[in-house]
Amino acid sequence: MSELRRRLASWDTAIIGLTVIVLFVASFSVDNFGTSRNFTFMVLDLLPIILVALPMTFIIVTGEIDLSVASILGLTSSLMGWFWNHGLTIESIIPLCIVIGAVAGLINGFLITGLGLPSLAVTIGTLALYRGLAFVVLGDGAVADFPFSYTNWVTGTIGGGPVPNVLILIVVLALIFGVILHATPYGRSLYAIGANAQAAHFSGIRVARTKFWLYVASGAVCGLVGVLWTLRYSSARADNGSGLELAVVAAVLLGGVSIFGGKGSLPGVLAGVVLLTALQNALRLEDVSGQALNIVTGVLLVLSVLLPNIVNGIRGSWQRRKVRQAAALEVR
Amino acid sequence: MAEAPALLEVHDVSKSFGAVAAVQGVSFPLYGGEAHALVGENGAGKSTIVKMLAGVHRPDTGTLRVDGGDVVFASPGDAKSHGIAVIYQEPTLFPDLSVAENIAMGNQPLTRLKQIDRKAMTGNAARLFQRLGVHIDPARPARGLSIADQQLVEIAKALSSEARILIMDEPTAALSAVEVERLFSVVRSLRDEGAAIMFISHRFEEITALCERVTIMRDGKHVATEMVADLSVDDMIRRMVGRDLSALFPKQDVPPGEVLLEVEGLSREGVFRDISFSVRAGEIVALAGLVGAGRSEVMQAVFGVDAYDKGSVRFRGRKLKPGSPRAAMAAGLALVPEDRRQQGLVMELSIERNVTLPRARKLTRLGLLFGGSERRAAATWTQKLQTKLGRLSDAVGTLSGGNQQKVVLAKWLATGPQLLIVDEPTRGIDVGTKAEVHRLMSSLAADGLAVVMVSSELPEVLGMADRILVLREGRIAAELTRDEATEESVMYAAMGQEVSA
Amino acid sequence: MTQLAERPAVATATESKARTFLKTRELGIVLALAALILYTAINNPRFLSGQSIRDNLLNTAILAVMAAGQAVVVITRNIDLSVGSVLGISAFAVATLMSDHQGLPMIVAIVVGIAVGAACGLLNGVLVRYGRVPALVVTLGTLYIFRGITYQWAGGSQVNADELPRHFNSFGTGGILGVPWLVLIAVVVVGGVSLMMRNYRVGRELYAMGSSPQAAELAGIKVTRNLLGAFLLSGSLAGLAGVLFATRFGTVDASAGTGYELNVVAAVVVGGVAVFGGSGTVWGAGLGALLLTVISSALAVLDINQFWQQAIVGALIILAICADRLVAVRIARSLRKRDTHV
Repeated sequence: MSELRRRLASWDTAIIGLTVIVLFVASFSVDNFGTSRNFTFMVLDLLPIILVALPMTFIIVTGEIDLSVASILGLTSSLMGWFWNHGLTIESIIPLCIVIGAVAGLINGFLITGLGLPSLAVTIGTLALYRGLAFVVLGDGAVADFPFSYTNWVTGTIGGGPVPNVLILIVVLALIFGVILHATPYGRSLYAIGANAQAAHFSGIRVARTKFWLYVASGAVCGLVGVLWTLRYSSARADNGSGLELAVVAAVLLGGVSIFGGKGSLPGVLAGVVLLTALQNALRLEDVSGQALNIVTGVLLVLSVLLPNIVNGIRGSWQRRKVRQAAALEVR
Repeated sequence: MAEAPALLEVHDVSKSFGAVAAVQGVSFPLYGGEAHALVGENGAGKSTIVKMLAGVHRPDTGTLRVDGGDVVFASPGDAKSHGIAVIYQEPTLFPDLSVAENIAMGNQPLTRLKQIDRKAMTGNAARLFQRLGVHIDPARPARGLSIADQQLVEIAKALSSEARILIMDEPTAALSAVEVERLFSVVRSLRDEGAAIMFISHRFEEITALCERVTIMRDGKHVATEMVADLSVDDMIRRMVGRDLSALFPKQDVPPGEVLLEVEGLSREGVFRDISFSVRAGEIVALAGLVGAGRSEVMQAVFGVDAYDKGSVRFRGRKLKPGSPRAAMAAGLALVPEDRRQQGLVMELSIERNVTLPRARKLTRLGLLFGGSERRAAATWTQKLQTKLGRLSDAVGTLSGGNQQKVVLAKWLATGPQLLIVDEPTRGIDVGTKAEVHRLMSSLAADGLAVVMVSSELPEVLGMADRILVLREGRIAAELTRDEATEESVMYAAMGQEVSA
Repeated sequence: MTQLAERPAVATATESKARTFLKTRELGIVLALAALILYTAINNPRFLSGQSIRDNLLNTAILAVMAAGQAVVVITRNIDLSVGSVLGISAFAVATLMSDHQGLPMIVAIVVGIAVGAACGLLNGVLVRYGRVPALVVTLGTLYIFRGITYQWAGGSQVNADELPRHFNSFGTGGILGVPWLVLIAVVVVGGVSLMMRNYRVGRELYAMGSSPQAAELAGIKVTRNLLGAFLLSGSLAGLAGVLFATRFGTVDASAGTGYELNVVAAVVVGGVAVFGGSGTVWGAGLGALLLTVISSALAVLDINQFWQQAIVGALIILAICADRLVAVRIARSLRKRDTHV
């Protein structure tokens, strides 16, 4: 009973509920929101955020952060254009880009776990570095003539219906990450590392190595997303995806993952991403400007950490008051 | 003299943390011109009292009175402004700032332009050190000071604030005998100038040497406040513990088996040097010594949590990979660490997750954790150790100290170790659980486990151990058999003094 | 006893070593700066012309003002990523005000800019302290909130130089005794904040808070007041930077200062302020700002692809924290050896 109540009261359940409500209300009150065409668009908008959010969830659960994700995306997008211009086949470019993303993540991982530098500072540095390199590679030009069969697959739907092809990719990757996080010893160790790295070390968990591979995985996923982004807009540009790190971090925190590590669930994060994207989509349909949407993202980001704190604060002072009242009764 | 109004009075104060009542209805007065000892076992609630007086915690019920008037400390600053200075168990210095700045923080001498007068500040620090009779360069940063030096800086800090009420939470734990004596002479002169001193220590000879009055606490409750002269040390211990000591340590005699652990020439620069010893199956070996002597560090290096520079660790004749707790676990070692909250448990995680953390891999099917295999494993072991808990899915932080310790023990016993290293196994847990833990260790040894116990509690060491290794300043100072070991012989070896008997 | 007597001698040796390390950081920047200027000047002597020096200093001014505030925040073990957006909203507010009310004196523009920035900074500080939200999250959020508000307000419009009063524009180029106003302001700000951090109680308390947050609470330091003050200062100086931006460039739209936070953080970190708080100097951050500016103008003079600039900023950040880490490890090791009475 109280187990159930606790689960109902938890932040990630609340966010899942809120997401359902927002989707429901929006599909009735916002014109064109519930159309299958809009659904396809929404999934495509969702795609980069959700994929990057998967490894980001793992990283934040361990108490670290990766702010360089969008820059890795931009770098791989740039390189994709450069490779294409230099005559490589798309079949070799795609794996190459994923590997390059992984290498970028590996550099992050080495600086953070090998040299013991703070992840925040390192990834602010590589945020600038990788984006800078993206511009070095491609300048402010664009490469656009990618093969139709590929761009079409990314924007296309299954059998021409409302379900986009990329949804398969999202579902498969989300399932893999979800199972790893919630049903393997490896996933358990991530929470332990985030909540108390020292105790995890004392329990035989290889803290540094675990974190290292998370950054590599994050880089590889960003490489993949760089490819998908480029194909979706059929345009390789150095500034592709800039600012995406904010949306991703916002979605992950909104989904109930603690910025201090050790807490959170993948279903919550998925709901967070959907909520964020749906809100933006609905507001855009209501003709709110794209830049003003940033206000919503920013507010949600702050609220996602602020609200649980306020709730806990109230709960704590409640408990203290109860103790005092009980003590007062005892005296009487 | 004693009937003068108390400078500070603790009146019927209680404080709980979650479900754990740390302090319940404690009252005692602190008089000016008097040193007052606060004694009790670890976990008796002394540090909580200190933190309330320091303004860190606010009492749930009850009041604090300064000069007869009720006071509420909303912050440490409030306590400070009422003339209370606190020296904590753990030094609280600013590593990046100079020693002089650390001492002056909050009341730096100022020039006419309201700027900090560095010369005066350094001069003050130098004068304070002179008064304490120590040589620390006031201009050096606090980072890298030894624990003893840090403690001395803390004391200088308290002196500089010209407090009327000085509270010292085990200030002598890391000091040498000479330094302790010098500290005491300073404290006595403060006392004679009319300050009230509250002194917490585990060393009874210090209490009898320094204090006039003593308050005894047990399990968060007030037991007695009396003049020190009226009590013998035995009286104090009996009231602290609430029963006679001998009953606490039921070590059975077990014929030692084969040699399991061999440590040879283990060294780590600046921490310990040339440590060699071996442990047999069925044996309990204790590592004794002062705080900071390197006992925990040695055992953490053995288990692979820390690295070491030189030497080797063999288990059943096979060399253990250095710096890998995982290899140590695979070989059959387990380490119950000193600091339960920081090293032993992940407080936010549930009891079951904590118990199964080191061996979750073994509970998987097809690499996945399904169907409550963790819960079953956790239930088995927490029941075996009679852990009092609500649900296994509760956060481990909601348990009392003793039950938390049982969870740590369950966590490691579940790995099926052949050698169990326990570091301060009964620190901060209640007397009843203490006896249970001792019985458990004894029966484990009887079943053929080798046990290495690091402990600062001499009675525990003397009662439990078959052999005692005494460490001093990172070296083995003495190895004593059960028959050779007495409170004196261990202490003298630990302090580096000749046995004068 | 002999041990006690021995300790101080070694301690001072280690300590002076530690101190020279700290000094070498600022010295290192000066040397790097000198080498860079020398190399560039040899390749293109025009780099040392009066106009070029003036441009460099003017470009440094805005960055240095923001870096001074950021340094204070970072020293308290926090971060303020919203400064670029604060600059934007302040610049747009001031430019709009001045174009609407041509007669207002310069001082009003400055006060309004600082006030706008102060309000933003205070919001950050309140959320960090009272909301117990980490500074990273708060300021990442407000980075987008302030920017979004500016866009919403501007609605795609911009204020051009010819809409602004003449005295406002000339403030950006004019000066006194040949020293541009902007440079003068930057020097006063960096000097003043440095002085506060070095010689006043509140400054030392800010260092203490960054050095050990728990010890700061126990020492009775007014942590709340100081933290709010630090964010207020950072916001105010970013607001001031917004005014300087508007006078210097004349044209202001909603995107003013986008991405500046990266350069500001880079300047601070390169200038030797430790990201873990507690150490570093404000004038070091100012030097960091100068170095970054000179690098970017040297790239132009040396005819190197301008796109390298951002990558270099990133590389410098990483290099700086690596250097800090190396020094910390080295000091720790030498201290461990010193304590070897084993």
